[in-house]
Amino acid sequence: MLLGVAVCSSSCKKDIVDRTQQYPALNPSSLDLNADTWKPVLLSDFSTLTVVAPDAVTSPAYLADINEIKASQRNLTADQKASIKYWSAGAVLRWNEIMRELVAKHNVAPYQNIDGTYPAPNSANPFNYPEFPFSNPPYAARAYAYVSAAQYDALLAAWHFKNTYKRTAPYKNDAAVQALIPTSELPSYPSEDAVVEGVTVELMKLLFPTELEYINQKAQEEKLYRIMAGVNTRGEITAGESLGKQVAVLFAARARGDRAGKAIGTPAVWAALQTTAIDPGKFWVSLETPKRPPMLPLFSKVLPFLFDTLTVVSLRPAAPYLSNSAEFKKEVDEVASYSKNRSRSQEEQVAFWADGIGTYTPAGHWDAIAADEFVTQNYSEVRWARNFALLNMAEMDAAIVCWDTKYFYFNQRPSQADPLIKTLTGVPNFPAYTSGHSNFSGAAATVLTYLLPDRGSKFTDLAQAAAMSRLYGAIHFRSDVEVGLVTGNAVGQYAVNRGKADGAGIK
Amino acid sequence: MACCLTLSQYAQAQTDADAIMIPKNYLCAAGVYTHSQWDHYWEGTFKRDAPNLGTVSSNAYMLGFVYGLTNTIDVSVSLPYVSTNASAGTLRGERNLQDVSAYVKWLALKQEIGKGSLTFHAILSGSIPASNYEADYLPLSIGLHSKNVALRGLVNYQISQFFVAGAYQYVRRSNITIDRNSYYTTEMHYTNEVEMPNVSNYLVSAGFRSLQFNAEAVLTKVNTLGGFDIRKNDNPFPSNKMNSTLAGVIFKYSFQKIAGLELTAGGNYVLKGRNVGQARTGYAGIYYIFNTRKEK
Repeated sequence: MLLGVAVCSSSCKKDIVDRTQQYPALNPSSLDLNADTWKPVLLSDFSTLTVVAPDAVTSPAYLADINEIKASQRNLTADQKASIKYWSAGAVLRWNEIMRELVAKHNVAPYQNIDGTYPAPNSANPFNYPEFPFSNPPYAARAYAYVSAAQYDALLAAWHFKNTYKRTAPYKNDAAVQALIPTSELPSYPSEDAVVEGVTVELMKLLFPTELEYINQKAQEEKLYRIMAGVNTRGEITAGESLGKQVAVLFAARARGDRAGKAIGTPAVWAALQTTAIDPGKFWVSLETPKRPPMLPLFSKVLPFLFDTLTVVSLRPAAPYLSNSAEFKKEVDEVASYSKNRSRSQEEQVAFWADGIGTYTPAGHWDAIAADEFVTQNYSEVRWARNFALLNMAEMDAAIVCWDTKYFYFNQRPSQADPLIKTLTGVPNFPAYTSGHSNFSGAAATVLTYLLPDRGSKFTDLAQAAAMSRLYGAIHFRSDVEVGLVTGNAVGQYAVNRGKADGAGIK
Repeated sequence: MACCLTLSQYAQAQTDADAIMIPKNYLCAAGVYTHSQWDHYWEGTFKRDAPNLGTVSSNAYMLGFVYGLTNTIDVSVSLPYVSTNASAGTLRGERNLQDVSAYVKWLALKQEIGKGSLTFHAILSGSIPASNYEADYLPLSIGLHSKNVALRGLVNYQISQFFVAGAYQYVRRSNITIDRNSYYTTEMHYTNEVEMPNVSNYLVSAGFRSLQFNAEAVLTKVNTLGGFDIRKNDNPFPSNKMNSTLAGVIFKYSFQKIAGLELTAGGNYVLKGRNVGQARTGYAGIYYIFNTRKEK
């Protein structure tokens, strides 16, 4: 009876706090008004973009917009207030979260056909099973990068037009308009939230075509939030959305031509990998039943953001230990020992960093880590975008370099070398050398340490933990993770160098 | 109670699901071995095999005690050690102490009706994890790691040596904490806490009971009150909607020469499920019942 009472007193609490719901409203310590002088990713000239001059604040059109704000503020429902609180944390942040959710939702490998082959997603017919996309780690890293980079360029353009037109916010022009989120001296035309929404929705159509209804619903919520919060008029939102869509065209064109669409390869490509493998006869083989084709073997050919394709090859690390070497045998034995003698804290580390199917992948994990840090920094919307762009371009390029290494050497997994090795998490369906987690984590930690130097070794410690989790999980050799971290760091340094030269600096 | 894809069924002579009472001051000590396995499971309502797991099996070794506090109130405590294994693929099994369970069984009503006797039992039970095992490792986790409290009502009608019984149980489950700080169900959650849906179950049983031999057939329906389906080819998750309909039998034999010694054996099979394995379960137990006070 006592047990029952004791159990009830702790089990009767069912409310769970989601930490992203606790994020405060964006309240930038600096407006970064000079962001239109920062170096964009693809944009070359703001004059190629059209944002018509806003109506005068005395015009009937503007006054009608102001009246719309006042009417919307009169009877705010609890849901509308919750929407204001949610979106006030920032557009770049919330859209990054939405992307992470969609990546997790679509990160499930296709189920086999009756004949033991596997169907592939088809972007031309995205609703057919398996739905497009299968947002595996390389796909996800690329998706985050495109959206982040495009948001960044779009916001640079937004800042340009804000500085051009210098329209003051609705709550400054009419005392009866209440600002329901922190006020700002930032010119409000075009709306930065609508710019982010416009550019993001256009790219999401390409990246997550089956989610259009959900994405549009979020877009509607966000636009209405700006009006209800008293910080943008409909005209400012329309102009912002249009600007965002114009910038999206540049990035969508790049995405269509970046070779990712062919990354899946063909049966001939898959077969050829066995002949080019570094260790003849000991090449990677799928450990799944039925055997699944390797994940995106030609992702190595995708065009990186931070360097050219020759650099991808130059970043490729030296060959892994061959299976007949003493070093290799030693590494197999080490994995076997972690497989057999695992501590609960190692299990926890493996699970924490697993980022396997049904998750937002390692790149998304690092975005989540970054978001938890960035919310404490009082960044402007444009600095949020710039920092996520640096981080996610590094993650995508780390994926490209890592995939190049994996498929150039085509090296086996520990459980292949020793079938008695049992793993603490699923074995990813691609070669071992080098570890993807280690590349992603090395790159991310390098970028985040540059952006937030006061955090000391926090991010490199996290990257080390992420990398080692793959050894503890018995799915990688020690050299996979150690070399992967080094390569990831090198890729991250390209993003740091870009950051040092883009005019934004750190703050 | 069938709890999860790992499935562990424990049944004993005096369980929290039957109308048998132990007299005042008597103690029953039990050791039960349970084996369970499946090679097909339901992903939502889609039944499939699991070539990357082969046959998923679990072995449980349970020690338990039941004590007659009065002639109408029994108390019990038990603890299993559980190990799991997959015959194919690379995933390791899990092994550890699972959950400590305890119950109080109260014979609330006994009424002679016609030729038979009608009883009503109320059984309050609870369980808490006995180790820090990893619950978010389905289908190879040894349990779900929630703290549970449950209330069961059991009606039994017995004429001579034949009985029929029916019961309903409601299980309230605590949230659990997993090793990740975010997870996707049907939406993204940024927390390491997982809300576990509550569970209910119905059972009907009928059989024969004598001093020497019992035989009983049981049909059980387990419903998770909430939860979500495993998506095609996704991993299972502790807060899935795990439902099952099980058919089972229980046999008990009491030795006449050695007073108090009993053997039980039984098994059950999942006829229909949702987000659970189609488990076949068998168990065997040895019981020793004795009076803790000298008879005067």
